Amino acid sequence: MIRFDHVTKRYPDGTVAVDGLTLEAPTGRITVFVGPSGCGKTTSLRMVNRMIEPTSGTITIDDRDVTSLPPHELRRTIGYVIQHAGLFPHRTVIDNVATVPFLLGTDKKQARARAAELLERVGLPAHFARRYPAQLSGGQQQRVGVARALAADPPVMLMDEPFSAVDPVVREQLQDQFLQLQEELGKTIVFVTHDIDEAIKLGDQIAVMAVGGHLAQLSSPADLLARPIDAFVAGFVGRDRGYRALGFARGAALPTTPEPTVRFGERVPPGGLEEWTLVVDDTDQPQGWLRSGPSGSPPGSPIDDAALFRGGTLATQGGSLRAALDACLSSPSGRGVVVDGDGRLEGTVHLDAVTDLIASRERAEVTGGADG
Amino acid sequence: MIGNVLRWLNDPDNWNGTQFTTGIWAQLQTHLLYSVIAVLAALVIGLPLGLAIGHTGRATSLISGLNAVRALPTVGVLVLLVVIIAPHFHGRTSKGYIIPTLIVLILLAVPPILSNTYAGVQNVDPAVRDAAYGMGMTGPQVLWRVELPNSLPLIFSGLRSATLQVIATATIAAYVTLGGLGRFIYDGLAQQDYPQMISGGVLVAALALIADLVLALVQRYTVSRGLTKRFSKSTVGGAVAADLEEAGVEHT
Ligand SMILES: Nc1ncnc2c1ncn2[C@@H]1O[C@H](COP(=O)(O)OP(=O)(O)OP(=O)(O)O)[C@@H](O)[C@H]1O
Ligand SMILES: [Mg+2]
Repeated sequence: MIRFDHVTKRYPDGTVAVDGLTLEAPTGRITVFVGPSGCGKTTSLRMVNRMIEPTSGTITIDDRDVTSLPPHELRRTIGYVIQHAGLFPHRTVIDNVATVPFLLGTDKKQARARAAELLERVGLPAHFARRYPAQLSGGQQQRVGVARALAADPPVMLMDEPFSAVDPVVREQLQDQFLQLQEELGKTIVFVTHDIDEAIKLGDQIAVMAVGGHLAQLSSPADLLARPIDAFVAGFVGRDRGYRALGFARGAALPTTPEPTVRFGERVPPGGLEEWTLVVDDTDQPQGWLRSGPSGSPPGSPIDDAALFRGGTLATQGGSLRAALDACLSSPSGRGVVVDGDGRLEGTVHLDAVTDLIASRERAEVTGGADG
Repeated sequence: MIGNVLRWLNDPDNWNGTQFTTGIWAQLQTHLLYSVIAVLAALVIGLPLGLAIGHTGRATSLISGLNAVRALPTVGVLVLLVVIIAPHFHGRTSKGYIIPTLIVLILLAVPPILSNTYAGVQNVDPAVRDAAYGMGMTGPQVLWRVELPNSLPLIFSGLRSATLQVIATATIAAYVTLGGLGRFIYDGLAQQDYPQMISGGVLVAALALIADLVLALVQRYTVSRGLTKRFSKSTVGGAVAADLEEAGVEHT
C-alpha cells in the first residue's frame, strides 16, 4: 500500500503542483491519477520514487517512509515506466530489460534469462532480444519499457502515461495485455493518464485531480461515472458517462431465448431460412448472421465468408449491460447474441429486455441500492 | 613539378637520412610523438572536464571561454611562450622549445574535445536520463553507463578534429628549431627547394589521413551499434520477417 499523507509540492518558482494530497493506493490494485494537463499528476507520481522531493507531507510504502532509503536503493524496488519509454539507445533490448538486475549485481546470464522471459510475457518474440531500441516501433518500445520495469520483480510500479504516445489500436492492445499481466502479477500500481477512458478501463480506483494539485474525487470507476462529486469532475468525466457506466453494471442474468442456427461451411437448406439466421462453427461459437430471402442467400448456396454478416458484437452472460446493449444495437437481426464464458452460444436477447434490465437497475439505484 | 616531388619522395636518402640530414622516418617519428602527446594530454584534460560539466550542468561558461582560445594566433602564442619559457633552460636541451610547442598544441586540441564531450552529454535524451535515475542508478552510474556511451559519437568527432588540427599544426615545431615533418617545409622554403617543401606538406596530409582512419576504426568498435544505426544483417533480415509475422498477430 502506498500512502500519501498531506503531501504538498511547491516548486522554487512558486507553482503549487500538488496541494495537500492524501490518499491510499491499495496493495495489488491499480490506482489511476487522472486530470487535465498541469494538474500535478506527474509530480505526484514522481514523489513516490523521489525523483521529486515533496515540500511537505510524507509518502509511505507499506508503512515505510520513502525517505528511509537512499533514493537509488528505493528506486530499484519500484518499477518505473514513462511516456516515451526512455530506453537506453546504446543497449540491446535484452540488456535494457536487465538494467535493474545488473544494478543489483545479479549474475549476467541469469539476469538475461529472466529478461528473455519477461519479453515474452509482454508479447515480444524472442528474436527482438538482440535488437536495439532504434529498431523497434513505438508500441514495441513501450512493451520493452514495461518489461524493464518488471525485471527485478518490484512490488510497486509507477507508470506515467505509458500508452499515450502510440496509436489507438496499439494502445488498446497494450492496455488489454497490461490488465492481463496485472491479473497474474498483482502489483501495486500507480498509473497516470490524462485520458478518462483509459482511467476507467484500467483503474480499480481513480483519483481525479484538478488544476492546482487538488484531489477532486477518489472513487471506483463505476462510482465516478454514476456520482461525480462536483461540476468539474462531471465535466471531466464526460458526456456519455451514462452509457459508459453501463460498462460496470452487471444486471440480473440476461433473459435469453434459444436461437435457431446453421453451421458455417454447410449450405442453405432447400426450404430456405428466416430472414436472419445465426451461423455457428463446429464448437457452437457464433460466427455471424446469414441473410435469406429475395435479397439474401438463396437455398442451396454455400454458407461461407462471403455470405456472412460479421458486424454484430457478442455479449457474455454475466458480463456488463453495456456489452449486452451493444450486442443488440449492432446485430442486423436486432437480436443480441449472448455467449457463455467459453464463447459458446447461449441464445439471443432482445433490446427491450436489456433496456428493462437497465431501467430496473436505475430504479434500484435511485432508491438507494449501490452496485459493485 | 609533380615529377620532382615524386622523385624527392622516392629517394631512399630522404627517407633514411644521411650524415648531414635527418630522414623522413625520423622526422615522422618526432612529429607523431609531439602529436600523440598533445592529443593524449588534451584528452586527459578535456574528457573528464566535459563529462563533469555536462553531467552537473555547472560551470558551462567555461566551454565558451575555452572556445575563445581557438581564435588565438598559434605562431604568436608559440613565440611568446618560447620567450617566456626558454630562458629557464640552460645547456644542451631543447626543453625550452618542446614545452611551448606542446602547450600550443594542447591549447588547440582541448576545445574541440571539451566542447564535443559536453555537447554529447547534454544531448542525451532527457527521457533516457530520467529513466536511468528512475531505475535506481546513482549519479556516477548514470554518467558511466548512460551518458558516456551515448556521447561517444560526438566525443570521437571532437577527438578526430583535434587530431587533424594537431598533426597539421605540429609543423610549427620546426619554426622553433625542433624536428618533425615541418622541418621539410621550413627548410624547403628557406633553400627554395620546392619539391622538398611540397613533399613535407604531402607527408603531413598523409599522416593526418592515416591517423583519422585509425581513429575511425577505433570508433567503429567502441560506439554501440544502437547509436550508429549500423545494425547487423542478422537482426535486420530477421526483423522484416518478424515484423510481418508480428503485424499479423497484433492486428487480429
Ligand atoms: N520543475 C518545475 N518547476 C516549476 N514548475 C513545474 C516544474 N515541473 C512542473 N511544474 C508545474 O507544476 C504543475 C504540475 O506539473 P505536472 O508535470 O505534475 O503536471 P501533469 O498533471 O503531469 O500534466 P501533464 O498531463 O501535462 O503531464 C504544472 O503547472 C507545471 O507547470
Ligand atoms: Mg505529466
